[in-house]
Amino acid sequence: MELKAVGTAGTLESSDVMITIEPAQAGGIDLTLESSVINQYGRQIKAEVLASLERLGVKNAKVIVNDHGALDCTIKARVDCAYYRACQCDVDGTYPWGGAIR
Amino acid sequence: MKNSVGREIPEEALNIKLANGRKYEPYQGKGYRDGKYIKKQGPTTKIYENPSESKIVPSIRDAIIKTGLKDGMTVSFHHHFRNGDYIVNMVMKEIVELGIKDITIAASSLGDAHDPVAEYIEQGIVTGIQTSGIRGKMGDVVSHGKLKTPAILRSHGGRVRAVEEGDVHIDVAFIGAPTSDEYGNARALGGKGDCGVLSYAVVDSEYADKVVVITDTLVDYPNFPASIHGINVDYVVVVDEIGNPKKIASAAARMTQNPRDLMMAENVAKIMTATPWFKDGFSFQTGAGGPSLAVNRFLEPLMVERNIKMAWAIGGITGSICELKEKGLVGKIIDVQDFDTNAIDDIRNNKNHYEMTASEYANPANKGAFVNKLDFVVLAALEVDTDFNVNVITGSDGVLRGAPGGHPDTAEGAKCCIIVTPLVRGRMATICEHVVTVTTPGDCVDVVVTDYGLAVNPKRQDIIDCLDKAGVKHVKIEELKEKAYSMVGRPDDLQWKDKVVAILEARDGTILDVVREIKPYEDK
Repeated sequence: MELKAVGTAGTLESSDVMITIEPAQAGGIDLTLESSVINQYGRQIKAEVLASLERLGVKNAKVIVNDHGALDCTIKARVDCAYYRACQCDVDGTYPWGGAIR
Repeated sequence: MKNSVGREIPEEALNIKLANGRKYEPYQGKGYRDGKYIKKQGPTTKIYENPSESKIVPSIRDAIIKTGLKDGMTVSFHHHFRNGDYIVNMVMKEIVELGIKDITIAASSLGDAHDPVAEYIEQGIVTGIQTSGIRGKMGDVVSHGKLKTPAILRSHGGRVRAVEEGDVHIDVAFIGAPTSDEYGNARALGGKGDCGVLSYAVVDSEYADKVVVITDTLVDYPNFPASIHGINVDYVVVVDEIGNPKKIASAAARMTQNPRDLMMAENVAKIMTATPWFKDGFSFQTGAGGPSLAVNRFLEPLMVERNIKMAWAIGGITGSICELKEKGLVGKIIDVQDFDTNAIDDIRNNKNHYEMTASEYANPANKGAFVNKLDFVVLAALEVDTDFNVNVITGSDGVLRGAPGGHPDTAEGAKCCIIVTPLVRGRMATICEHVVTVTTPGDCVDVVVTDYGLAVNPKRQDIIDCLDKAGVKHVKIEELKEKAYSMVGRPDDLQWKDKVVAILEARDGTILDVVREIKPYEDK
């Protein structure tokens, strides 16, 4: 799968995170992080997002993370969803339901 | 030097100069100053023998000029008008326009209504802050090191002690009052913005060199029974509005419907009934927060069932406890602050509801405050650590945004201090390894109730025995902490700069903790 468009998932509600993934040709992962818990959890949020992107095979992308205290499981799910939307799985109906997301 | 709650108190904090020359000591544990003596430092006051002299001056600015307020002086305020307060901003604006600088504000508390003060701090006009609460923009600028001297944060009782002992000398007190007569006899009822009581301002009226009463409702002399006595007042100013009545007294604090809060409240009530102090004639204080307030609701049926009554309730008062009094379940309410219109209506209209001063409420250095006689207190917390230390002042980002209030006073005084808090809030673990800032020392905290179980301070074997006997399950606080971390992850330590931005005074005037300037998050 490849990134084709800007994909967004999540909300700005408390305990949620909004993830935006934008395709890029080169330059690796350009990650911008904002979080209401950045002082205590910034490092862990960043690590969680980068691990998810690596698992999904994303090499180059602009990624914006706007976090309001989401738990790791939420972060993982939002990154996955933003990725598949950026791959336009929502357009062509190719979401890999059931088991593809670890 | 480490104090008895394990906090490193740096020399720069211990060397802070107090007005009376007293040297700061690190916190030594509760009851450290019990039985010792203090010499109260009285004010220098003007003689008013001439019967024709009027105390009314045309404006706040005239009053400031008449008091002789100068650079480097200390002014004081009370916080009974809560978020509706106009007094602090009105007075500070005039002080700034008069070009007076290097001002210390010593308020009973400050809140979101006082954001303009943040600018005076940044401009270097306000150079000292002594308060209980610090929030909003002010909390932000102080946390970022903009205040010239460290802010001194005290409990309500600790503030009275500090003023009486002379740790802080108030040059001019500005006391907003819902009503006053021309001689400065002031009350909190009968005006346009009633706040019920003026308890926190009494020590200011008695210990400040100059006292200015500011009201929007001038009434006939004598305005009795007075909360602030005209014999202590120099000037009276009549303004259009002392505050926004809607924010001074909000509608009744609503009883929470949140099932999690209700479950915790019910467990608090169960714990209370399992102890020997839950008997006819007991005394009680609870906070106005969701689960704390809801305890009232669960106490009622238990009191009826056992046919026992509460002799008295104290504290910040809400309509909820007044209702219990009107039902005949509470003997007397002794009131230091009103949180809603129902509480104000109750002290205005009903029997057995009395005003007390902040000293009577919680001062550790008088001859015995109400908190000393308290059986139970139920309180909230931002964080509690495995040593039972409580933080109610700094957020998880290290920024000042709270108030010790009466928390440390009631916690030390009460026979049974119960903290009620959810285990996690969003991603923040409420039960943690080390609180960001200690505001109430763990040696005063007895039981912590969360939505995932409760823990008893091992120092209170008597309470542990009671709960075991009653079959109330409890766990070690370490288990609660691990449970919280398993849900939200283990937080990284906050990063601080060296500069001390605030001192957390214990109620006896020793240093419980310091807050340093927060270092912005660095992406590594």
